[in-house]
Amino acid sequence: MTTWDGAAAAERVAIISDQDVVRVRQLVRTLAVAVKLSLVDQTKIVTAASELARNTLVYGGGGNAEVSRVDNGRKPGIRIVFADEGPGIPDLDLALTDGYTTGGGMGLGLSGARRLVDEFEIDTEVGKGTTISVTKWCR
Amino acid sequence: MERVPVLKIGDILLVSIQIDMEDQVALQLQEDLADKIVVTGCHGVIIDISALDIVDSFVGRTLATIASVSKVLDADTVVVGMRPAVAITLVELGLSLPGIRTALNVELGMKLLAQEREQYELDLEDEDEEPAVSTR
Ligand SMILES: Nc1ncnc2c1ncn2[C@@H]1O[C@H](COP(=O)(O)OP(=O)(O)OP(=O)(O)O)[C@@H](O)[C@H]1O
Ligand SMILES: [Mg+2]
Repeated sequence: MTTWDGAAAAERVAIISDQDVVRVRQLVRTLAVAVKLSLVDQTKIVTAASELARNTLVYGGGGNAEVSRVDNGRKPGIRIVFADEGPGIPDLDLALTDGYTTGGGMGLGLSGARRLVDEFEIDTEVGKGTTISVTKWCR
Repeated sequence: MERVPVLKIGDILLVSIQIDMEDQVALQLQEDLADKIVVTGCHGVIIDISALDIVDSFVGRTLATIASVSKVLDADTVVVGMRPAVAITLVELGLSLPGIRTALNVELGMKLLAQEREQYELDLEDEDEEPAVSTR
């Protein structure tokens, strides 16, 4: 269990096992509650984080997630940056298509996570790795 | 590794997921449940997810697989207790969970299973009574 109260600016979790995916979910949930996201928005950002953390583990070969509280001057929010030094994504458009999978999944993680957040940025290079940043703002 | 318990209550199996499952735990549950269906001969499975605050694509896929495997082993599965926020998120994620029967709570889930079993047995009787008629 994480005891982080969301007061610190950011928290980083290494993603190297199944358990770390659970840890990311718990950390994101704690901060989502702390910044007072609505219940549905908490659920959306935790779900998106779960998908991206699993991708980092399964396809990225492990990496880390940095969870932080953000503020754009008008409202607070939560941002999570997932980074790995895995194989990268050769065809991003394809990877972001519903149903596209190279791993026997449902191909919904990436495309679905994008729908669940307010901001979605992805930076990937073949042979170098992938960084994905997602943000959810309070309404 | 933690394990999700499978309880036999009358002629149904009840699974109440109370923990944030690691992927391995979800896969283990899938296996345990299949074994238990065969050992007990139960024809109904209820999976209570009221304690889950998210269902992601992995858990969604596990639920769908459990339902299919159960069906092959002659048991119906009903997923009960999904929270409203989880339902909204699942749909936006793109998971429609085809082939999964749902009910609002355990009690309604049990009713649904009983109805389905009754209908199934009636259908069986009908088949026994009517001699097979070939239409071609
Ligand atoms: N971090 C990553 N590094 C390399 N490839 C990735 C990464 N994340 C996703 N991909 C690629 O994008 C594809 C689509 O990912 P997505 O999460 O949508 O589907 P999936 O993981 O295959 O299935 P699901 O998430 O529905 O169980 C993956 O199959 C994989 O090929
Ligand atoms: Mg995925």
